[in-house]
Amino acid sequence: MNNLYVYCEIEDGIVADVSLELLTKGRSLASTLGCKVEAVAIGHKLDGVAGQVFPYGADVLHLFDDARLNPYTSLPHTSILVKLFEEEKPQIALMGATSIGRDLGPRVSSALGSGLTADCTSLEIGNHEEKKENKTYKNLLYQIRPAFGGNIIATIINPECRPQMATVREGVMKKEIRNAAHKGEVKEHDVTKYVSDTDFVVNVISRQMEKSKTNIKAAPVIVAGGYGVGSKENFQLLHDLAAVIGGEVGGSRAAVDAGFTEHERQIGQTGVTVRPKLYIACGISGQIQHIAGMQESSIIISINNDPTAPINTIADYVITGTVEDVIPKMIKYYKKNTK
Amino acid sequence: MSLKIIVLAKQVPDTRNVGKDAMKADGTVNRAALPAIFNPEDLNALEQALRLKDAHPGTTVTLLTMGPGRAAEIIREGLYRGADGGYLLTDRAFAGADTLATSYAISMAIRKIEKYDLIICGRQAIDGDTAQVGPQVAEKLGLGQITYAEEIQKIEDGKVTVKRRLEGGVETVEAKLPIVITVNGSAPECRPRNAKYIQKYKHAKTITEKQDAATAHYAGLFNNRPYLNLQEWSVADVNADVAQCGLSGSPTKVKKIENVVFQTKESKTLEPADDNIDELMRELILNHTIG
Repeated sequence: MNNLYVYCEIEDGIVADVSLELLTKGRSLASTLGCKVEAVAIGHKLDGVAGQVFPYGADVLHLFDDARLNPYTSLPHTSILVKLFEEEKPQIALMGATSIGRDLGPRVSSALGSGLTADCTSLEIGNHEEKKENKTYKNLLYQIRPAFGGNIIATIINPECRPQMATVREGVMKKEIRNAAHKGEVKEHDVTKYVSDTDFVVNVISRQMEKSKTNIKAAPVIVAGGYGVGSKENFQLLHDLAAVIGGEVGGSRAAVDAGFTEHERQIGQTGVTVRPKLYIACGISGQIQHIAGMQESSIIISINNDPTAPINTIADYVITGTVEDVIPKMIKYYKKNTK
Repeated sequence: MSLKIIVLAKQVPDTRNVGKDAMKADGTVNRAALPAIFNPEDLNALEQALRLKDAHPGTTVTLLTMGPGRAAEIIREGLYRGADGGYLLTDRAFAGADTLATSYAISMAIRKIEKYDLIICGRQAIDGDTAQVGPQVAEKLGLGQITYAEEIQKIEDGKVTVKRRLEGGVETVEAKLPIVITVNGSAPECRPRNAKYIQKYKHAKTITEKQDAATAHYAGLFNNRPYLNLQEWSVADVNADVAQCGLSGSPTKVKKIENVVFQTKESKTLEPADDNIDELMRELILNHTIG
């Protein structure tokens, strides 16, 4: 009872990275709270899930296996979580801020009348004093997230309602195996007790999931462009540099909004969070919401003809020039001096 | 078949291009420096509704928005593009609402509107980026939901077919009406304002706006042209429970707001001369950062 729950997303029997990241984070929060971590897997053919989640520290795995539960649709998964949470009364429930988690989380929170904080960038445990009522709440989940386009950071709490629910984007938390040999308890549930036929209102006619063309999250080098790059054509220079030195191309929200590059390359709070060895920021002014998604890069180079660009304050090297001038020079030197 | 469509829309501060004066010295948001706009994805939602209206003669598109009095502007913006009417949900008691209290208030207003086949809204608003209100409204009304919609492809025999754009691909789904659909920014942009509709609706006002002295000289219009009267609803008008509205109806509380401060580094500034760039590249190759 009153444990920490993680909803695990599963595609073709594989647990999503974001769910493993949340299990890792959940494990450390649960250790602070002295409670258990329970994973929930809903879908079909879930035999391999236990082996994937237990190494990350889950104590219990709830399995709901039924052919009708895959692919994901909103209502059946909602009904299962709502009933399970009513029975088990978790204190915390976490899910990925993905197209599934952001479809499911609000629905569950609305049904349970419990609060939900979207896209948290940090989760901590702490106390809260309500001075007006002279009340102290112990061990609340601090749900920390950017607001107002990333210009402020808000700490949200949920003093009265349970579970305290939060979604977190992929890549924000680190995934870490706790004990490869760890085995927890598997609880197989009778799905018919949790869903009714009327839950199957949405019928998936076709589904084409593509493997992402880019793998920004794992790239050791990222060449990222902002609005200052100026055009889609100039963005080609970034692709050229990335191809030569072995990296991926990323973009700021402004560059994506302007159509210079694809949405899946967006770096920042509303895109991907990255931690490469080298981050080359080209024509990126450095809005807070962008910096938050790349500040942990080991080395940051900023190429910007505005010497006062905010990103320069967190850069190791600032080159005060234009992309058209600097990038060809980098490519030229690299080609000449490596095999 | 003609449809009754409700479009949920929100007036938001334009947080996308925040200038240097957007934050006050004390770290709070300078709302005055941010223009109030029609939430971008709600415009994508409106376009989907208007396309259904084009395809299904007799269809009506009604906007529903919650906010302060000035949010009536959103309804007029919708009318200028082809919507048929709108409701403004406004009351001091709605202030400070989190997504749950917001969805409660909106669901009560929809119950009051009563007749609808489809509720369409943007996936998320740019001031919060939560994407919660659409699904929470659906749950409160006991309706199904289709989120991340890119195109409402057709409505036939009481069923809607929708193409969804997910982060890892595309999905086509089918569901019975009524249902809630939330629309992605990747959906087609909204059509521009239409001059004919601007002429028709430029004097459309809520009851509060009508009290403004500036409108007194055309007060007679509101009787002759009933479509110029925009409905304004309070907590009581939609039979909502005050305790479930606004701050008191919000399970989440803001404990703390901080200005964002990043660890600054001691940067080395280089002019873009060949030698400088060569030297930097040499260093990166030597310490195996690249290559």
